[in-house]
Amino acid sequence: MQPVLISPSSFTILGIPTWLFSLLIPIVGVGLFTYIMAKRVAPLVKAAPDNRFDRIPERIINVAKIWLAQWRQPRYMTAGVLHILIFAGFLSLGLRSSQLVIVGLKEGFVFPGMDGVIGQIYNVLKDYAATWVLLACIVAAVRRGVFRPERYDVPAKYGHDHTAEAVFVLGVISTLMISESLFEASMVAAQIQSGAHAEFLAPATLVWMFKSMLLETPHEKLQTIHILSYYVHDLTFFFFLCFLPLGKHFHVITSVFNVFFMRVKTGNIKPVKYGITDEELDALESFGVKKLEDFTWKHLLDFYTCADCGRCSDNCPANAVGRPLSPRFISIKGRDRIFKNYPLRGAFLKSQPLIGDIYEEDEIWSCTTCGACEQECPIGIEYIDKIVDLRRGMVDEGMVPQSLQKPLGAIGKRGNPWGKMEKKRADWATDKEFAAQCDVKMLDEGDQADTLYFVDSISSFDDRMQKIAQATANVLKASGVDFGILGKSEKDSGNEVRRFGEEMLFQDLKGHNTEMILESGARKIVTADPHAMNALKNDYAGLPPVEHISQVIVRNIKSGKLRLRMVEDESKVYTYHDPCYLGRHNNIYEDPREALDAIEGLRRVEMMRSRDRSFCCGGGGLMLFYEPEEEERMGVLRVKMAAKAGANVIVTACPFCLVNMEDAIKVAGLEGKMEAIDLSELVARHVM
Amino acid sequence: MEILVCVKRVPDTSENEISVSGDGNDIERDDLVYSVNEWDNYAVEEAIQIVDRVGGNVTVVTIGDDDSEEVLRREMAMGANNGILLKDDAFDGSDGKGIATILKAAAEKGKYDLILTGAQADAGAAQVGGMLAAMMDLPYASLVNKIEIIDDSKMKIGREIEGGNQEMNEISLPCVLSIQTGINEPRYVGIRGIRKVASVEIPTYGTADLGIAAGAVGAAGANVKKIDYFVPVLGAGAEMLEGSNEEIIAKLIELLKAKGGLK
Amino acid sequence: MAQLFAYITHKGSVADDSALELLTAAKKIDAAAKINAVVTGQGADLDAVCNSLTASYNEVWKIDNAALAYPNAEVVRKALVNILPAGSILLIPHDTFGMDLGPGLSIKMNASFVADVVGVEGVDGNTLKLVRQEFGGQVSTHVACDISGGAVISLRPGSFPADESKSAGGQVVDQSGKIGDVTVGRKFLEVVAAEVGDVDITKSEVLVSVGRGIEDVENISIAQDLAEAMGAVVSCSRPIVDAKWMEKSRQVGTSGQTVKPKVYMAMGISGSFQHLGGIKGNPFIVAVNKNPKAPIFQVADVGIVANILEFMPELTDKIKEM
Repeated sequence: MQPVLISPSSFTILGIPTWLFSLLIPIVGVGLFTYIMAKRVAPLVKAAPDNRFDRIPERIINVAKIWLAQWRQPRYMTAGVLHILIFAGFLSLGLRSSQLVIVGLKEGFVFPGMDGVIGQIYNVLKDYAATWVLLACIVAAVRRGVFRPERYDVPAKYGHDHTAEAVFVLGVISTLMISESLFEASMVAAQIQSGAHAEFLAPATLVWMFKSMLLETPHEKLQTIHILSYYVHDLTFFFFLCFLPLGKHFHVITSVFNVFFMRVKTGNIKPVKYGITDEELDALESFGVKKLEDFTWKHLLDFYTCADCGRCSDNCPANAVGRPLSPRFISIKGRDRIFKNYPLRGAFLKSQPLIGDIYEEDEIWSCTTCGACEQECPIGIEYIDKIVDLRRGMVDEGMVPQSLQKPLGAIGKRGNPWGKMEKKRADWATDKEFAAQCDVKMLDEGDQADTLYFVDSISSFDDRMQKIAQATANVLKASGVDFGILGKSEKDSGNEVRRFGEEMLFQDLKGHNTEMILESGARKIVTADPHAMNALKNDYAGLPPVEHISQVIVRNIKSGKLRLRMVEDESKVYTYHDPCYLGRHNNIYEDPREALDAIEGLRRVEMMRSRDRSFCCGGGGLMLFYEPEEEERMGVLRVKMAAKAGANVIVTACPFCLVNMEDAIKVAGLEGKMEAIDLSELVARHVM
Repeated sequence: MEILVCVKRVPDTSENEISVSGDGNDIERDDLVYSVNEWDNYAVEEAIQIVDRVGGNVTVVTIGDDDSEEVLRREMAMGANNGILLKDDAFDGSDGKGIATILKAAAEKGKYDLILTGAQADAGAAQVGGMLAAMMDLPYASLVNKIEIIDDSKMKIGREIEGGNQEMNEISLPCVLSIQTGINEPRYVGIRGIRKVASVEIPTYGTADLGIAAGAVGAAGANVKKIDYFVPVLGAGAEMLEGSNEEIIAKLIELLKAKGGLK
Repeated sequence: MAQLFAYITHKGSVADDSALELLTAAKKIDAAAKINAVVTGQGADLDAVCNSLTASYNEVWKIDNAALAYPNAEVVRKALVNILPAGSILLIPHDTFGMDLGPGLSIKMNASFVADVVGVEGVDGNTLKLVRQEFGGQVSTHVACDISGGAVISLRPGSFPADESKSAGGQVVDQSGKIGDVTVGRKFLEVVAAEVGDVDITKSEVLVSVGRGIEDVENISIAQDLAEAMGAVVSCSRPIVDAKWMEKSRQVGTSGQTVKPKVYMAMGISGSFQHLGGIKGNPFIVAVNKNPKAPIFQVADVGIVANILEFMPELTDKIKEM
């Protein structure tokens, strides 16, 4: 059948065959794109090594779920749905666009297999895809340009607003959709005009509408539209391809890789340098990230991949209380620095120290490592390891705030951040009144026990938190667990020591505790401090299995060993606050809730931000000693969230959360109206 | 500028109650941990910062036993270029003057433009810097919280005086200064830094190397001797003042006067 | 027994409080001695100070010199070395001037030196027995000082009561002529006053520290009034800083300043672990709190159960009446 319009492959303008353009545009486009990408790959090659080719099945599942199925997008419903529509449209239209490029050289080209029923089905699909993508782009552009969600604001210190770039790209995508549709619509309109067999167009699609609009259009004009829309599409397509690596839309290309290479294990911290064992650390010339190329290639890929969506910062507690940290700009500033140091034209620049240049000391110390940003990022960008690496670099250079130097020194000397004497570590257990009703075995003094209760520093030394240790011991006893503690032989788990960048001190603590734990002969470890649990489980190696007390509680309730009474005070409304190191980092969300629900008559409500959306209380370990610049305390925000949920008791399962919550209740002026209690305390109170 | 900083290894007593040993001759040291005297650490940081600005070397010196080497290494990890350990049994029991005598001998083995000490150490006497300066006939200023180098021959310094005021002086070089805390923000020294200097050679000098006459230092040469330690008697818990507000206030004012809370 | 001297510091024409404290200590060393004062300075102010001391001291040695207009310790040292008789015992206050003067002076006088003395036990032959403190005041020591060649003893201000007997009937003796060469390598330039709002609470001897019991930012002035009456500085606990009622530099605690005052007035402070961590040097702690179970009472020396908003103004008034 003879087409009624001349195809771009056969058309001529002023005697020049247009197929020449059809050939040149892709050649130039692909050539330019290849050149840009080579420049973009250069820093990745120079970057530090990373270990991202392990656990391939999990990585493939991540790609399927997080990239292909856009799993995390709907956490922000409007933006998420719009993105899913555009993303799905892109995937659907990719084939069509490629086909279209070749059509410019070979009329009516379709990929093998696409000429039958499959091709027809695909055509219907892609017509709808183009339609919904255009609609989504219009809605998105209005949303960004007119309604301007706060999340996208760029504070003055981080440079100019990013709206123009976002709207421009939406315009480019719209142009692609419109030109592609016009190309086809003009043809079908011409076919109908000439009474020839017309391609079936799915109703209510963009191309269908254009066709209807063009039915009365003279033939010559249709021909012009046909050719013009083809080259608009062709040019826009290759322009867009080359434009992608120049800004935040690089994620269109990189996200699939970034998601494949993303963190598959949670709770752990990357080694100082991949390929270097702990024993070889002493020989390293420099520690941590000091300049751009000290980041691993995956971390630089993160910078490229950031889509500037602002979800990380929107969930960042440090950002929420006005600390000088916004994870989004950790990425954006990093990306811009790569672009500057690795320009498309001219020589690469020599790297300068990042601290004092694009990052500030306080910015990097502000992070509580709560993990909310990583949980939220829809394309697998990591922050904790970067922050820790930057801190390692600062520690190596001696740049540590005075307020942190003392506790670090004390941990080094005495194994706890307050510099208390080692022999007082078990004072909570030997307290006369307590010891009279609960005998705690001292594994450091030759006792043997099946389970080691790892107390960690704060529950050992802080007057208030010692009550958690005592409650935990009582719960273990009531559950019939044969347990003991390490007493003076225990040192700080080092969870925050490591996360604050003092790797060598952490290695010392790890070595000491590992030796003591193994020597004790215990077959299991239990702890009520999620930070300790996290360190033992994810940073240490070769230890017996580690459990949080909430897991022990639930198991023993189920087995009937632990029986709980009716709730003491039925008038109270409880809410459970997920500690970051229990929830997000170790995926324990249900056990504490089940334990609470096992107390008959206990009324429990959920806060808006719960489970993996939990909001950090202010941080634990060394964070208690850090003096951040902030407008408000995280704990105060959290306590207000609990009040909003209608609760008057906040139950936590972490001593640091309890410190921060109890403080925040006072600061918020909610004393008498709100209280905080640890899960183990609450359960101990209700033991039958 | 060649700078000598005198440092001391002291027990960290900030978090732990100190108790007197059984015979009353010393404090109970079994459960104590030691580190560099806080004031000395500020002095070393200041010296490093000066050298960063104008060039030169920082040498840290301490009097003590082999354990004292750890504070020298710590300060060298911070950035001091050299360390000197002054060790001799004959040094034991030295009073402030004895310590200053030993340090003078060590200082004269080198050529220093500036000698820094901490304003005070664990005994709280704040004496060694001033004695050392007088012995060496060098200008001295105590409680220094600001140093500005003017040229090779003089500096502008600030002394912290009562009420948070600052007394500015011009002092000629060479001189001795005792450094007050807060003059700077000492950098952090991690375990890694200390390990890096673990094998650096630290020279050790005794009386013979320093040319100090036996009997001039140590217990034999001391005019001031500690007789014993004792713990002042303290009550446990607060004494609760009760009665009418007037009675309470009268009693409180009396107590405040006695304790120096009212002038 | 050696001749006893007290070096008197002064601000303008007024002698420092230590003037009469040194006298008490001197009499503890030798009850029978005729004790002389030494005062340096210039002009009418110096004369006024000297004259005010004749009731208390046997002889008041006046050293008038332009180089002594400001008490530059290096100049004072040279003058004293030239003027004091060999073998003298000189008492000085252990303040920022005394710390500047004492150690070097003892070397130049070839005398013994004991710093920061809080008690005098007496003399036995050539041995003077003194009490001082170590480790931030956590333990005390008895010290034996050989006074055969003279001594310089610095005394902690406030450790000895003032001697108000005024029974010496002494006279001013002008020793200015004996001053000798006082050229030194250190030149006093100026005193830079602490900036307002830039008070260093860590250096203050008396702190009126407020906690949440202050209830409202407007009530901070009540604490300021009390502090002013006491000659103290206002500090606070963390919630007050969090509420932005006071500057961070005023916060006592592990996340704030570490203070070492002599007297700590904990007003409406419950006494959290973190707060107490910032209080060092075993001060005399007065706690006022509505809650009789507030943990601060466990560590305080004196406790009062009261509402600080009512208690503080009353206390301020009574102190002002004195």
